[in-house]
Amino acid sequence: MSKIIQQLEAEGMADARVPKFRAGETVRVRVRIKEGAKERIQVFEGVIISWKNAGLRSTMTVRKVSYGVGVERIFPIYSPAIERIEWVRRGRVRRAKLYYLRDLRGKKARLTEDHRAVAPTAS
Amino acid sequence: MSLGILGTKEGMTQLFDPDTRKAVPVTVIHAEPNIVLKQHTQDSDGYSSVQVAYGDVKAANLNRPDMGQFNKAATDSGDAISPRRHLREFRLDEDPSDDLAVGAQVTVSLFEDVKFVDVAGTSKGKGTQGVMKLHNFRGFVRTHGTHEFFRHGGAIGTRLTPGHVLKGKKMPARMGNERVTVQNLRVHSIDTERNLLLVVGAIPGARGGLVEVRPATKK
Repeated sequence: MSKIIQQLEAEGMADARVPKFRAGETVRVRVRIKEGAKERIQVFEGVIISWKNAGLRSTMTVRKVSYGVGVERIFPIYSPAIERIEWVRRGRVRRAKLYYLRDLRGKKARLTEDHRAVAPTAS
Repeated sequence: MSLGILGTKEGMTQLFDPDTRKAVPVTVIHAEPNIVLKQHTQDSDGYSSVQVAYGDVKAANLNRPDMGQFNKAATDSGDAISPRRHLREFRLDEDPSDDLAVGAQVTVSLFEDVKFVDVAGTSKGKGTQGVMKLHNFRGFVRTHGTHEFFRHGGAIGTRLTPGHVLKGKKMPARMGNERVTVQNLRVHSIDTERNLLLVVGAIPGARGGLVEVRPATKK
């Protein structure tokens, strides 16, 4: 990537302090939502099944099961629409992309918790 | 017709819009100041334009006629003018004013009050391509017994009359590597310090390619 574009992306990321989460962690994403003139916060809690590092264009995919239906949202992690991402717990996983969770339901779709894990901090 | 600028396509990225909070796809164009090399006026040439030069190059890499252009411009303006790689002419409605005298600089600040631009460049070469990709032919059905004829163009003419294939018949050919202009791209922002121009959307050509940017003619 050109140096100029790296610079522009670095400027976009400068004041956002996003912790380095990873796949397998459960997070609570607080999303700012505009309804007319009012603004409120919506919380989306689920497991990160994919974390993509791409500078300012980095995204994460969060999956949850809502009323028996699997719901996935892809969040651009540096988006100003995201107020905060809260860490809930880390599951013990052995791969970076957890797409296999889509095919599992119920008890099999659980992840064993990594009790020693602590919330990652923004670097 | 108005003055434009030459630049280099740096590449694309996404930036966030603070109001809508949505990601906006932008192309970054890097345009070091262009230099006016020559003017054409109604009196002397019958039309109005300026010739601008862009892109540093070693003097040793230019041939004598090209070098002569720069030497002449240097004499005309009285300043030293370092040689550039690319020359383009921009037609103007009226004879160029004094701030476009030979040796003057054209920078991205040209687009300060401009909302939309047209960008011209050389598209990426795709090599020889079939009629489906090149001319959007539909090809044939995949089933019903079709064999070895899925992406063909079909018949190319009739029989004894006229007895030859019509001129201009669309056939497989080289695709891309031609001049393409994209019109009415919104200007995202300009950065006069780093000589950057950010437009919303894609522009023709590969990264590092030469592009011409001018204010949109249709807006």
